[in-house]
Amino acid sequence: MILSRKWLNTFVDCAAVGDREFAEAMTLSGSKVETYEDLHDAIQNVVAGRIVKMTRHQNSDHMWVCQVDVGGDAPIQIVTGAQNQREGDMVPVALDGALLPGGVEIHASELRGERSDGMICSLKELGLTTHDYPYAIEEGLFILQEPDVRPGDDMAVVIGRDDHVVEFEITPNRPDCLSVIGLAREASATLGLPLTLAQPVVKGCDDDIHNHVAICIDEPELCPRYTARMVRNVKIEPSPAWMRERLRNSGVRPINNIVDITNYVMLEYGQPMHAFDFSCIGGKQIVVRRARAGESVQTLDGNERALTPNMLCICDGEKPVAVAGVMGGANSEIVGDTAMVVFESANFNGPSVRRTATALGMRTEASGRFEKGLDPQATVAAVNRACELVELLGCGEVMQGVIDVVPNPFPQTTVRLEPQKINALLGTDVSEDEMRRILLSLGFGLEGSTIRVPSWRGDVEHYSDIAEEVARFYGYNSIPNTLMRGETTAGGYTDRQKAERRIGALARTLGYNEIITYSFISPAYYDKIRLPEDSPLRDSLKILNPLGEDTSIMRTTVLPSMLEILTRNFNYRNKSVKLYELGKVYFKRLDGMADEPKVLCLGAYGEDMDFFRIKGAVENLLQGLRIEDPAFEADASNPSYHPGRCAKVLAGGRELGVVGQLHPLVAENYGVDAELYTAELWLDALLDARGGTPVYEPLPRFPAVTRDIAVTCDAAIPVAKLQDCIRRAGGETLRQCELFDVYTGAPIPPGMKSAAFSLAMRADDQTLTDEHADEIVRAILDALRDTFNATMR
Amino acid sequence: MKQMLQELREVSVSAILNAPDSDALEALRIQYLGKKGELTKLLKQMGRLAEEERPAVGQLANQVRAEVEDAIASRRAALSERMLQARLAAETVDVTMPGTRAAIGHEHPMYVVLDEIKDIFIGMGFEILDGPEVEQSDYNFTKLNTDEGHPAREWSDTFYLTEDSSILLRTQTSPMQVRAMESKPLPIRMVAPGRVYRKDEVDATHSPMFHQIEGMVIDKGVTMADLKGTLDAVMKKLYGEDTVTRFRPHHFPFTEPSCEMDVQCHKCGGRGCPTCKGEGWIEILGAGMVHPKVLEGCGIDTEVYSGWAFGMGLERLAMRRFRISDLRLIFENDVRFLEQF
Repeated sequence: MILSRKWLNTFVDCAAVGDREFAEAMTLSGSKVETYEDLHDAIQNVVAGRIVKMTRHQNSDHMWVCQVDVGGDAPIQIVTGAQNQREGDMVPVALDGALLPGGVEIHASELRGERSDGMICSLKELGLTTHDYPYAIEEGLFILQEPDVRPGDDMAVVIGRDDHVVEFEITPNRPDCLSVIGLAREASATLGLPLTLAQPVVKGCDDDIHNHVAICIDEPELCPRYTARMVRNVKIEPSPAWMRERLRNSGVRPINNIVDITNYVMLEYGQPMHAFDFSCIGGKQIVVRRARAGESVQTLDGNERALTPNMLCICDGEKPVAVAGVMGGANSEIVGDTAMVVFESANFNGPSVRRTATALGMRTEASGRFEKGLDPQATVAAVNRACELVELLGCGEVMQGVIDVVPNPFPQTTVRLEPQKINALLGTDVSEDEMRRILLSLGFGLEGSTIRVPSWRGDVEHYSDIAEEVARFYGYNSIPNTLMRGETTAGGYTDRQKAERRIGALARTLGYNEIITYSFISPAYYDKIRLPEDSPLRDSLKILNPLGEDTSIMRTTVLPSMLEILTRNFNYRNKSVKLYELGKVYFKRLDGMADEPKVLCLGAYGEDMDFFRIKGAVENLLQGLRIEDPAFEADASNPSYHPGRCAKVLAGGRELGVVGQLHPLVAENYGVDAELYTAELWLDALLDARGGTPVYEPLPRFPAVTRDIAVTCDAAIPVAKLQDCIRRAGGETLRQCELFDVYTGAPIPPGMKSAAFSLAMRADDQTLTDEHADEIVRAILDALRDTFNATMR
Repeated sequence: MKQMLQELREVSVSAILNAPDSDALEALRIQYLGKKGELTKLLKQMGRLAEEERPAVGQLANQVRAEVEDAIASRRAALSERMLQARLAAETVDVTMPGTRAAIGHEHPMYVVLDEIKDIFIGMGFEILDGPEVEQSDYNFTKLNTDEGHPAREWSDTFYLTEDSSILLRTQTSPMQVRAMESKPLPIRMVAPGRVYRKDEVDATHSPMFHQIEGMVIDKGVTMADLKGTLDAVMKKLYGEDTVTRFRPHHFPFTEPSCEMDVQCHKCGGRGCPTCKGEGWIEILGAGMVHPKVLEGCGIDTEVYSGWAFGMGLERLAMRRFRISDLRLIFENDVRFLEQF
């Protein structure tokens, strides 16, 4: 809402309050100011001037040298190339050092040898159009026809730019503030200045609207009120300068007197109006009904609109003449020869108007107001104001009578004034007198402790709403700041939340950077990660109205999200990238909602990356969570991963997730010519697998004996199996068994490998003898030979 | 004899003090003090001296031995010190060369800010709740006093998963207010961060997915003064003790009275500058007293209990904190970006 402060001053004289102060005060009482502007700032040093003499430029075949009286002792000389001026014309003159809209500066200069002390301006150079001054022309100088303008007068004042405009962001609960009067009421209460409102007065003529038209509402739900008046002998012409200026300063383009009046009343009262050319209303009746299937109407913007029965229309005896609350029809538009006008001032159901406007793709000033739910009591005053303006402008004869169709009466909302309750909610000590004063200043009625809510305040229905009114004008910032009392609560992170934070910290310690990815993906991404057609992971929740295919389903795996980010970094030529995300995946549930478990996903590529590095990171993470005895099992069946470089991660028999190198075909699908490594671990499984509090184990008192062994066995036997066998055979005394070498190639026979382990043996009650250690090593070698046919090298 | 001892003293001490290294010093020690050394040899000749000369010569001999030993000890110390110095010099490194670092990962800037905020609320006795992102319209709208017909419910603004508009992607973390009230014993002090979704095309300030943190307190006698005091304290912890807040009336369907909280622009101190778009204040969050209809809908007796709640966008907070100019950077996850935080 753009507010002209000159217009506002006609209701609340607050000219003495500076823009900044005004903006701050209004913002703090709830009418948030976005910007404010002194319109005069844009036009400076431009005055009215009379051309007293004009002669041909000696060195030009089209320029004129004008002597212009700008109110000084002597005329100034200005050279112009324009042709539409005559001696005696009053014109806008930009003097030396003048500023014009758009930041254009004008300086005295010389044009082909003739001095020019400024510039005579066109409409455009003053930021105007022929809508603002219909008598002027676009191409050529702006020849002023305004009365009472004298040479030297400030042009900004002449064209009504001596105004300040304030742009408000009005919350949707306050459509009453989308009007000059609504904001005047707020300003009056905010600044403590009197509000002056006048009832419109209409003289009328000897005819009556009831002689001409009947109005019928078929849909009282969608149109709770329809009010109309008529004007005859209409003379369509431009509206006066003051009206055009106020409209323009409020951001509305002037059209003609009747249309301008409807816009003026909408801005002033907040009540959208419409004017019909009565000659186009067939059957002498106006019917407010739903559109019939197949009906259409050409709206004022020239577009043919197909209507549906969801849409409310204003119709004559047979056809729609307007889309209710949205836009009028071209078939009843006010045109140059319009003689009889019907003013409509109606109340329409907000959601219905919004849906219609959305469906037709046309949000208008009117629909934007109606959709928020307007005051049904405002229609009569608004239509009377329009008729008052008709008489003021002398553009027609207003008929007697108002047709006001109200199918159902409007209830009066009342709320009890409960000062203690309000103070208890706010934490304040505002007196009842102060509360009453605030409410009265806003137009609330008070009878004892009953508050009568004014009709334009549809948002107020409860004591908490009254509390807000009190707080707004008592001042939100006058409410004390207190800390909470009452029962103390333990609060704090849960055990699982702490563990989640720990996982993040561990991942970062391991060099992985945290990422955040979208929860929605494209179904095509499942193809990119090679999920089989029948994979249950493809059964994703679908967004029925997605922004696009790429964000159309809820992911059931974090893999595509991670791969997208790895790919992006790869394409940015970032070398050696390590990333992690703790993100949700979404699985359909029978009740329509989703299971939303979290997954820890690691992703990496780069020269320092291979299977064992990412596996090592997973092992470090598990270790950091005290997950005991994790196991890694080769998994050649995961379609997204390299069949020879993928492992299931297990602990305590439960699957924690997967780690491995992405299948080269997946990398190819992403256009990445590098080995990509990822791990996906279920957060819940990780948290459940965590070990308990560690228990101190006494430090060894006796030294350990170490032995290295190397065995040759079938190359297909996993090292983990060899280690299991060694541990079993080594018993309690074997404390450590670490792989330190795996070797294939001569002299080891093809299909065989050599695996070397470092063993550490120790007893708790004595120093282990060499004989005892040798005995254990023998037992281990025997077991390896018996189990795997592995022989010592 | 005396003269010989004195000569020996002069020659040996001088040689010792000039010994170039510890090997030469050891050789000198043997030369003079060894079993077959020169001093020993001289002393063996003592027997030839007259009886009365012996004590004086003996004394002199002991004196010479002591002096030679002292000279050796002192030279040894000097040589050892010199060796240490030489070793230290040889071991000197260029300390300006780069250290050997382990590559440490970085927390995402949005989570950096979120963690700070969570810690602050944890310190005030709040707990942290997580809830569904695939949510029922009932929780996202209806129970939050946002009736059918409200513009936010339009399919143009909200992502829906069912034709009847009953299941959607939550557009705000506010449904967690209702979920907390329905499931937790009173009093409640909770914050609930998480992902939210709105049908906005991606640009420098919009994303169809972003994050909010919701907070709510329900207790006996909770006031708007408590709301102000608590959020003011949170901002002082987040932005520093000299932070100035202000509260403006605003509108949310599920709070009444409602407000927005601004923080005075740190750059201009409220005078107005490009950072705060000339306003002097920067909008941080929306808040208000939980609407009585919402409380009643959750079965809470509004005669006894009241509450306040707030909701805050996290991306904008992180962007302001780290002066990130474009929201898209947050979700792009370029490591050159991530490693800056």
